[in-house]
Amino acid sequence: MGYTIAEKILMAHAGAKSIKPDQFIEVKVDVALGNDITAPIAISEFKKSGLKKVFDNKKIVLVPDHFAPAKDLRSANQCKVLADFAQEQKIKNYFEVGCMGIEHALLPEKGIVLPGDLVIGADSHTCTYGALGAYACGVGSTDLARAFIDGKCWFKVPGQIKFIYKGKLKKWVSGKDLILFTIGQIGVDGAIYKVMEFSGPVIKKLSMDDRFSMSNMAIEAGGRAGLIECDEITAAYCKNRAKRKYKIYKSDPDAQYEKIYEWDISDLAPQVACPHLPSNVKPASELGNIKLDQIVIGSCTNGRISDLRIAAKILKGKKIKPGLRLIIFPATQDIYLQSVKEGLVEIFVKAGGIFSTPTCGPCLGGHMGILADGEVCLATTNRNFLGRMGSPKSFVYLSSPAVAAASAITGKITPP
Amino acid sequence: MIIKGKVHKFGEDINTDDIIAAKYLISTDAKELGSHCMETIAPDFAKKVQAGDIIVAGKNFGCGSSREHAPLAIKGCGVSAVIAKSFAGIFFRNSINIGLPFLKLENTNEIKDGDLVEIDLANGIIKNITQNKTYQTEPFPDFLREIIEKGGLINYVKQRGK
Repeated sequence: MGYTIAEKILMAHAGAKSIKPDQFIEVKVDVALGNDITAPIAISEFKKSGLKKVFDNKKIVLVPDHFAPAKDLRSANQCKVLADFAQEQKIKNYFEVGCMGIEHALLPEKGIVLPGDLVIGADSHTCTYGALGAYACGVGSTDLARAFIDGKCWFKVPGQIKFIYKGKLKKWVSGKDLILFTIGQIGVDGAIYKVMEFSGPVIKKLSMDDRFSMSNMAIEAGGRAGLIECDEITAAYCKNRAKRKYKIYKSDPDAQYEKIYEWDISDLAPQVACPHLPSNVKPASELGNIKLDQIVIGSCTNGRISDLRIAAKILKGKKIKPGLRLIIFPATQDIYLQSVKEGLVEIFVKAGGIFSTPTCGPCLGGHMGILADGEVCLATTNRNFLGRMGSPKSFVYLSSPAVAAASAITGKITPP
Repeated sequence: MIIKGKVHKFGEDINTDDIIAAKYLISTDAKELGSHCMETIAPDFAKKVQAGDIIVAGKNFGCGSSREHAPLAIKGCGVSAVIAKSFAGIFFRNSINIGLPFLKLENTNEIKDGDLVEIDLANGIIKNITQNKTYQTEPFPDFLREIIEKGGLINYVKQRGK
């Protein structure tokens, strides 16, 4: 019987010769990740266990990125818990402000996560690394604490769903549009407790940045992971980043899928998810006159260099609509520096936008762009739940960087 | 273990931002988190809820973030169990790991807000006392029952040894 990439990685890390959906397994993890919101609980649980040393300080990664640079005293204290623990346990992969980036852009960039890895992260968007052909999924703080103890995690083996994208993407249509379209088709629970495998000729041609953006939002359809087979594009991305050998897994031709979706996306137009669910998706051109108060370009979904290049291409020499706030935040320090070198920052600032240090801040209503009552925001982030970015009386729309940049000029949702 | 309490009814796709908004994630204290439980969608819930009460909801309960603060907030405000049509993956494992009882039931539509419900956790039986109806749910697989019985994941791992 054949297996999928996800099943092969699970089997390899569980030391199992076979596997089937709904079975309980225990796996050895390659990377265990926590941030300034989730790691404090994990650290406290670890300490309560009475153990003095983590199982392997090289496999633990701590990134204060959600409320960092600390937005207030209490978040500062939470960040300090990570810094102190990293020092005490000699955890090399702790990223203080200045080295810090949004975790799911940072780990692939630093070569910490590689194809074939099994990664758990106490953050739901850990599924982003599926784009590398790794099995990566979000877990809770207690799971992370347990991984600190013995490097293991329990899994209920998920079923597998395959998505095949055929045709050719139109100009300005990106990985973000593909994933919004997919969630719109299957719903926010369309892949509940399943692995999503993205494949087909369209995916083969997609850049790594666009692939990350797709895998990132697998969780918004309820997916446990969102995998893309490692190919030459993945290998080129990993080439100067990987400091250890990695293993490439491919799905067998006779692998078992519970469902297979196949779409020709040649006619797909830029997509927008409307309030208050990521599945409430419509083409940007059909939204009519939706006046915007704020636009956010960035996050673990769309804060990578190619995202910022697209936004800059559209905004070059233009001014944003007066009265609108445009907040752009690169996902990592390297992306920040690259944006400076390429003159992107100048384009954004001259257009009337602001360019922030890397942080998850505005995406989850943390800081750096909280919405007031009645305000409307278009964001390149991943969630538009009620009150997600601030007031429960505010509205969040989700789109690609291209739609966000085009909309910044007109002040209303506009396809590029 | 028998749980008995009044039902608080919620809809479909109740996400973790609904359960506990991100602005409160500067705390890890279950009681403090509990005082803001469901605030975005039901501002008076945390004040109304009484120890032992039960949340009943539609499909995909707990979707969204991995924040364990969500099941902690539910426990912290006194809720004794959650019954829903389906649970999101991370919420499911977090609830097991911290010992928040939950049951999967297709007919949650039949249960009304304010109903008095009794749950026999070991046997997966839900009894709606107000409506005099009984439902049999699937009991937990042995592996998960063991984690719950040992008092959560950390105790389970410690007792089992490395």
